[in-house]
Amino acid sequence: MHDPAPMPEVQNDEEVPLLGAQRLGFSAGSQRLIRDIDLTIRAGSRTVIMGANGSGKSLLLRLLHGLIPPTEGHVEWCERPLDTAARNEQAMVFQRPVMMRRSVAANLRFALSARGIRGAERAAREAEAIASARLEHLVNRPARVLSGGEQQRLAMARALACAPRLLFLDEPTASLDPASTHAIEQIIDQAHDDGVTIVLVTHDAGQARRMGQDLVFLDAGRIVETGPVAQVLDAPSSAAAQAWLGGRLYLDPTHSSQT
Amino acid sequence: MFRRSFFGVAAAALTALGLGEPATAQSDFIIVQSTTSTQNSGLFDYILPKFTDNTGIEVRVVAVGTGQAIRNARNGDGDVLLVHAKPAEEKFVADGQGVSRADVMYNDFVIVGPASDPAKVAGMSDAVAALSKIAETQATFASRGDDSGTHKAELRLWDEAGVDATAASGDWYRETGSGMGATLNTGTGMNAYILTDRATWISFGNKGDYDILVEGDPTLFNQYGIILVNPEKHPNVKAEQGQKFIDWMLSEEAQNAIASFEVDGQKLFFPNADKG
Amino acid sequence: MESFTAILAEALGLILSGDQAVIDIVLLSLRVTLTAVVLACLIGLPLGAMVGAFRFPLRTAVIVTMNTMMGLPPVVVGLVVYLMLSAAGPLGPLALLYTATAMVIAQTILVTPIVAALTRQVVEDLNEEYAEQFASMGIGPVRRIMALLWDARYSLLTVALAGFGRAAAEVGAVIIVGGNINHVTRVMTTTIALETSKGNLQLALALGLVLLVIAVVVNGLVYAIRGSATRAAYA
Repeated sequence: MHDPAPMPEVQNDEEVPLLGAQRLGFSAGSQRLIRDIDLTIRAGSRTVIMGANGSGKSLLLRLLHGLIPPTEGHVEWCERPLDTAARNEQAMVFQRPVMMRRSVAANLRFALSARGIRGAERAAREAEAIASARLEHLVNRPARVLSGGEQQRLAMARALACAPRLLFLDEPTASLDPASTHAIEQIIDQAHDDGVTIVLVTHDAGQARRMGQDLVFLDAGRIVETGPVAQVLDAPSSAAAQAWLGGRLYLDPTHSSQT
Repeated sequence: MFRRSFFGVAAAALTALGLGEPATAQSDFIIVQSTTSTQNSGLFDYILPKFTDNTGIEVRVVAVGTGQAIRNARNGDGDVLLVHAKPAEEKFVADGQGVSRADVMYNDFVIVGPASDPAKVAGMSDAVAALSKIAETQATFASRGDDSGTHKAELRLWDEAGVDATAASGDWYRETGSGMGATLNTGTGMNAYILTDRATWISFGNKGDYDILVEGDPTLFNQYGIILVNPEKHPNVKAEQGQKFIDWMLSEEAQNAIASFEVDGQKLFFPNADKG
Repeated sequence: MESFTAILAEALGLILSGDQAVIDIVLLSLRVTLTAVVLACLIGLPLGAMVGAFRFPLRTAVIVTMNTMMGLPPVVVGLVVYLMLSAAGPLGPLALLYTATAMVIAQTILVTPIVAALTRQVVEDLNEEYAEQFASMGIGPVRRIMALLWDARYSLLTVALAGFGRAAAEVGAVIIVGGNINHVTRVMTTTIALETSKGNLQLALALGLVLLVIAVVVNGLVYAIRGSATRAAYA
């Protein structure tokens, strides 16, 4: 099991932000879905993003990954603009795994080939990824007949096979049972131990405590609170976080939803 | 120059794709634009192998109405024209589209009708009088209506009868706008009288209770002519092979073959090439 | 008219007799139709996939055009191809009129919009599912199109089948550009038209049944392939 041990390397990398967002915002029509996001992700960190449904967690993740261009502000990767090359150093796992209509092995091969990895190296990485996801017995199975847990393990393996420096996870265990959730969390831990920076969106406070160091709490598209996971969860300072943790629906009195 | 070679390459590429001619086809062939009557009767199947055996030239027949055959030939899509509408043929030659015209053979038109014979024309030999009777009784008449040789012959007969049949179009006069066979199928389906060439009628397989009611009138004479498409107008025309075919059609051998062709024991075509 | 059983018997006789003329006609039909479908797929699959997977100006107009062209009247296509290939037409020097190639060209024109339009729909649906994952993986446009086409392969088999059906049943275009020349461009549908015009309705219907049997076999084959694909959740 993962120990929330202190992370000495954090100190070393502190002055080198891996990913940074400045005044990041996204509007659709008159709706400002994300606004004024200033965020720094340090290399080797584990950041958890939480917030109520509709607070913009998944959208923020997509903006940070560059899947959606922001309407305001910008995202930087290693203090340079986020471009395709930068995105190739990142990976993302979605809540519902997107399985190609191919075998387990072919799904991995496709991801590796797309990065120009071929031949013996591809075979080696493929085998490694399959072993890490414990899918050896399913290698030649069509990916889409796998169980939800198996599919998500494959999605994790596929994301990690290309050796990303940062892994975005959008509620990866939201539709999984406890055993499958545990398996995914083990893979995340292993990836982090291997040096992969983690940005995880979750609804599960328990998972946030297990997996996270820093917590970013969103409400109505803004960051309302940040801090070490335990601190925010045990003693939330923002009204939004207090309400959410207390199981109440929170409506910001100063920012009604039709801003 | 470039244009030519481009087309050559394109044709070669298409052939390489296996789209070209079937293996059985011979490289030496001519295209004859002709009519459905000659084709449907089986005349071509009977006489053409003799020509091919003699000369090694394959004859590919495109069987359409006389009007369409002439139009296709005007586009240069064919080497020889073998149709039956003398005025149109003569105009084709006069326009420089054809080299010259020669009579090949004739058959005759007949008027067929249902056993009930509503206009009581059975046994008549005067075609014009028969058509007048049909018009008077307003019995249904099915016309090709397709500008074919048969259609033109029919219109000439209406003209002689002093009947403006097309004025009754859609009423008792029905224009099918299709070939002879299709018109026979349609006409027999609506108990209509039909003017048809004897050859198509004899070999037609869906006669029902129909029979020939009017025949033997000299005005029903149906002359076929043969024309070489003018190679000066259309350089792609295979003049040499085409002329060979025409010469053969007018030869004694072919004329005898035409005379000996029978369906159900009946002669369908009567050779009358004018030996010049 | 003869009873339907008599026609059935004649059709069976035609199929079983192994009459060379009939076999030649059937083979030519298959050759022309399959070649046209393959060509239509070579053009229509990438075209449909590109329209389905990418956003670009006038995309809606392109889709409407493709969908409309699915209903191209065969006779009109036949006429246009005739005018192109005619000795008096711009492609006259190719000397393709009244050849099997001319029929392939006409049928390719008829089938390509069907393949393209149906492919567009299939690929658009699949792209919706894959788009974010592909964007995250940094998949380039060419690889994306190839992957979408490959992953949609079983649905696209049905698309090709729709094209095959259209081409195999078509008579209006091939009779104009092929000329229905015996042993050269006579295919099943033009033979049916010819035999009908000769009043040989049983023979025409029997040939129609042969055509139907071929269609049943092809459809059955595709259905079986799709069935196994569905069990593998590939379709």
